[in-house]
Amino acid sequence: MDTPTSKAPAPPEAPQGRRTTGKAGDRVFLGLSRGSGIVLLVIMAAIAAFLAYRASLAISKDQANFLTAFAWNPQGNPPEFGIAILAYGTVVSSIIAMAVAVPVAIGIALFVSHYAPRKLAAPMAYVIDLLAAVPSIVYGLWGALVLVPYLAGLNQWLDEYLGWTYIFDKTGSGPARSLFTVGLLLAVMILPVITNVIREVFLQVPRMHEEAALALGATRWEVIRMSVLPFGRSGIISASMLGLGRALGETMAVATVLSPSFVFSGHLLDPGGGTFAQNIAAKFNEADAFGRDALIASGLVLFVITLLVNGAARLIIARRKEYSGAAA
Amino acid sequence: MAKRIDVSGLSAFYGSHKAIDDISMTVEPCSVTAFIGPSGCGKSTFLRTLNRMHEVTPGGRVEGKVMLDDENLYASGIDPVAVRRTVGMVFQRPNPFPTMSIRDNVTAGLRLNGSYKKRELDEIVEKSLRGANLWNEVKDRLDRPGAGLSGGQQQRLCIARAIAVEPEVLLMDEPCSALDPISTLAVEDLIGELKQRFTIVIVTHNMQQAARVSDRTAFFNLSGIGEPGRLVEIDDTERIFSNPSVQATEDYISGRFG
Repeated sequence: MDTPTSKAPAPPEAPQGRRTTGKAGDRVFLGLSRGSGIVLLVIMAAIAAFLAYRASLAISKDQANFLTAFAWNPQGNPPEFGIAILAYGTVVSSIIAMAVAVPVAIGIALFVSHYAPRKLAAPMAYVIDLLAAVPSIVYGLWGALVLVPYLAGLNQWLDEYLGWTYIFDKTGSGPARSLFTVGLLLAVMILPVITNVIREVFLQVPRMHEEAALALGATRWEVIRMSVLPFGRSGIISASMLGLGRALGETMAVATVLSPSFVFSGHLLDPGGGTFAQNIAAKFNEADAFGRDALIASGLVLFVITLLVNGAARLIIARRKEYSGAAA
Repeated sequence: MAKRIDVSGLSAFYGSHKAIDDISMTVEPCSVTAFIGPSGCGKSTFLRTLNRMHEVTPGGRVEGKVMLDDENLYASGIDPVAVRRTVGMVFQRPNPFPTMSIRDNVTAGLRLNGSYKKRELDEIVEKSLRGANLWNEVKDRLDRPGAGLSGGQQQRLCIARAIAVEPEVLLMDEPCSALDPISTLAVEDLIGELKQRFTIVIVTHNMQQAARVSDRTAFFNLSGIGEPGRLVEIDDTERIFSNPSVQATEDYISGRFG
């Protein structure tokens, strides 16, 4: 008798040529699940087609380079608009958010799953869940009313000691309504989602992997490094992508905090900049039909960026699949 | 290198539940001692007290003394992490680190202890894998994941990983119960070779296995559900299986259990 080396359930047997006697329940369920799958694909295709069609209407009349222009003036004559500033602001604020949130989330998840006493772990997990449920406008108000004034001090410190890095050089005395502040706010917002997913993954690390490390004389940290983190690696990446998706698309909180401008600045602490979602939210109401098409075109770019990010994450996970815990 | 284990008055608890009661025994260096007994009689728990793995279970607690030569493993000031580096363990289910290659699995314990040159590590990898009778099967794919091996190979990889750090004692918790007969035979042969260098304690449900591999056999039993497990007797394996001094042992071995 061979020993099973995989815990994955065996694939269902392929249907034979002869149809089994049709049971009504089976057929209904098959129809339902197949129908659901088809509906999803149809909806996705419809969204993509809608975005592409409306975007093409706008882009074909754009007199500036849609991808590189630093302007948003679809009502002008001639109409000139480009997504360079938006793409830059979206990517930079999301990178800041990820750089802050992911390490902290891993730390919290480790604490809750492996260090905290049980009495503390359960309430903490609950509080993290609650944080994830706070509406984004509340985060936005908190950001504008609390975070912006309080960050003035941190900005000054960064400017003074890290100003030589250029990106932390603050050129004006404006309020901290900058991409940096937005990045920090996004970090706070995506932290609970990332933490919860990572915590779940860490709790699923098989006991026998941890005991393998313990029995070799590993300390608690070494157990985490040898068995918990490698097992949770793909989970950490997935969780980060979930958070990144939220950061890329976050609208209200960004719109509340940022003072938008279409002037490019590499100084992250200076007020100004913009993101796709913030720009759409800010301009949609007062835009005419053509202006809306232009905004939809920018939405399409965000859609593509999100798709690329997700694809990259899947590649990373797939590349080391045979080394992942799933194969144990 | 191999050391004598001398246990006296050892009890182990899960929370307030006493799992094993007042066990005393001596395990000679460079011998194989088998623990047999019905499920739930505490043999695995007792085994795990010998390298302080019992206390990693929530609520796990131990009373009594375990002397390794002249050092009490449960004396205050003894670091359980250091104990586990000298008393190696092989588990019931093969548990190579799934994210590591075969080579890295073997050297995992060494890399915890300190830094080695690549040449030294390569030598230890070959020596340990030869010691676990696995070298010829994996020497061409040391960089492949350890989880890709068969169950029996994985278990021998775990044995290689345990002996790579040159422990003084090797504990085996039903090491063959998840393996097919061929792999079981391979591991049993291996145990016979390993006892030249290590003190080996093995828990098994398979009495033929105990009879085949061990020099001494300890029979554990419990008097009822919820009662703690006790050591009934420990004696030379030959004697336990031919003419045990306690009636309960004979009943268990001959299948007239309960």
